[in-house]
Amino acid sequence: MPQGPGDSLLAVYDLCLERGGRELFRDLAFEVSPGQLLQVDGPNGAGKTSLLRILAGLSRYGFSGRVERRTPLLYLGHHPAVKALLTPRENLAWHVAGEAAYNDGQIEEALARVGLYGYEDVPSHALSAGQHRRVNLARLYLSHCPLWLLDEPFTAIDKGGVAELETLLVEHVGRGGAVVLTSHQVLRVACRVQVLSLTEGLLA
Amino acid sequence: MSAVAQAPGPARFCLVLLRRQLTLAVRRPIEIGNPLLFFAMVVALFPLGLGPAPDQLAGFAPGILWIIALLSNLLTSDTVFRSDFEDGSLEQLLLAPQPLFLSVLAYIGAHWLLTGLLLALVSPVFALMLNLSAPAVGVLVASLLLGTAVLSLVGGIGAALTVGLKRGGMLISLLILPFYMPVLIFGSAAVRNAVLGIPATPYLAIIAAMLCLAIALAPLAIAAGLRISVDA
Repeated sequence: MPQGPGDSLLAVYDLCLERGGRELFRDLAFEVSPGQLLQVDGPNGAGKTSLLRILAGLSRYGFSGRVERRTPLLYLGHHPAVKALLTPRENLAWHVAGEAAYNDGQIEEALARVGLYGYEDVPSHALSAGQHRRVNLARLYLSHCPLWLLDEPFTAIDKGGVAELETLLVEHVGRGGAVVLTSHQVLRVACRVQVLSLTEGLLA
Repeated sequence: MSAVAQAPGPARFCLVLLRRQLTLAVRRPIEIGNPLLFFAMVVALFPLGLGPAPDQLAGFAPGILWIIALLSNLLTSDTVFRSDFEDGSLEQLLLAPQPLFLSVLAYIGAHWLLTGLLLALVSPVFALMLNLSAPAVGVLVASLLLGTAVLSLVGGIGAALTVGLKRGGMLISLLILPFYMPVLIFGSAAVRNAVLGIPATPYLAIIAAMLCLAIALAPLAIAAGLRISVDA
């Protein structure tokens, strides 16, 4: 781990966002450090996805404030970025995110971990919406990015999948990674979950 | 945390993107066939409209062939980034730790291989249908090879700017058609020169110069356009 415990992976200063004449949040300031699991909380339309897109660097205009990204990050958005015409194996091997060149063994293992063993070479259009999400989640098993930004990662995932994903998040945090996620579910994990309220800032 | 995995080099990543785009296209062959079919259909209409006199057709052939090639390129340029935008791949591409300039070139390269290159390769058949003389056919292929690459690059700018719009089809035509004009002028002039027996190389050289300029500048504009479209 190159970072010491005091160094944060991501720092946000004085973030304000207005959309359509409504102020979604103002003067938001927080840091994400290694070993931190941060859940962004708020009702629909509170600006959770907008916040995550700003953190990832996809939104670059229309807000005020500063975001410092100090490590490579992995962002999983609402859309699974899975091509229906490619098989799950091809989707991962030729992924446009271009983080690393994975070999077949790594990809098979990741797909097995998300419950897609035996589906590696089935065209993705034959898979369900939940399985598409799972192909996308397989990237979490492959990635070496310390910081994960996950937008509603539990959507369309069954109960067993949710439990596995929660375990994975705990493992990642235990390895010194950090996770920022939006979800309406209460996380059942064996580590501390910090809650970020868009209106009140970081809660204990 | 284990050692950070090595990201693939830019050249290798571009090859991966190229392979991905080509595989996607091959699995939906109708998309490859459409521009060629369009080309064939419109060429077949001209003898009906202009009259079947071979001499007259041969006179118009350079312009006809180039205009149809331009239109069939225009028809497909809308699709370069559309599906990647819709399924979220484009966001991931923008976040990739790879030079966007080269990634964009890979996308455009794939588009050119599937439209421009194929059009240039089948164009001799249609040139014979219009009674174009044999030496001009070679120049036609050369000018199409160079010219359609410029068209793909310029079309990519329009595609990047309009990818976020629900119905960008007409807007993209308005945006990029003016930039297609120079290519059309020099491309058809090259073929006409070859028909008249005058050297066509100066015109081909001008198109090649346009291609160099487009390769250098269009990816910058496309990358900026994609960032704006994903941001909005």
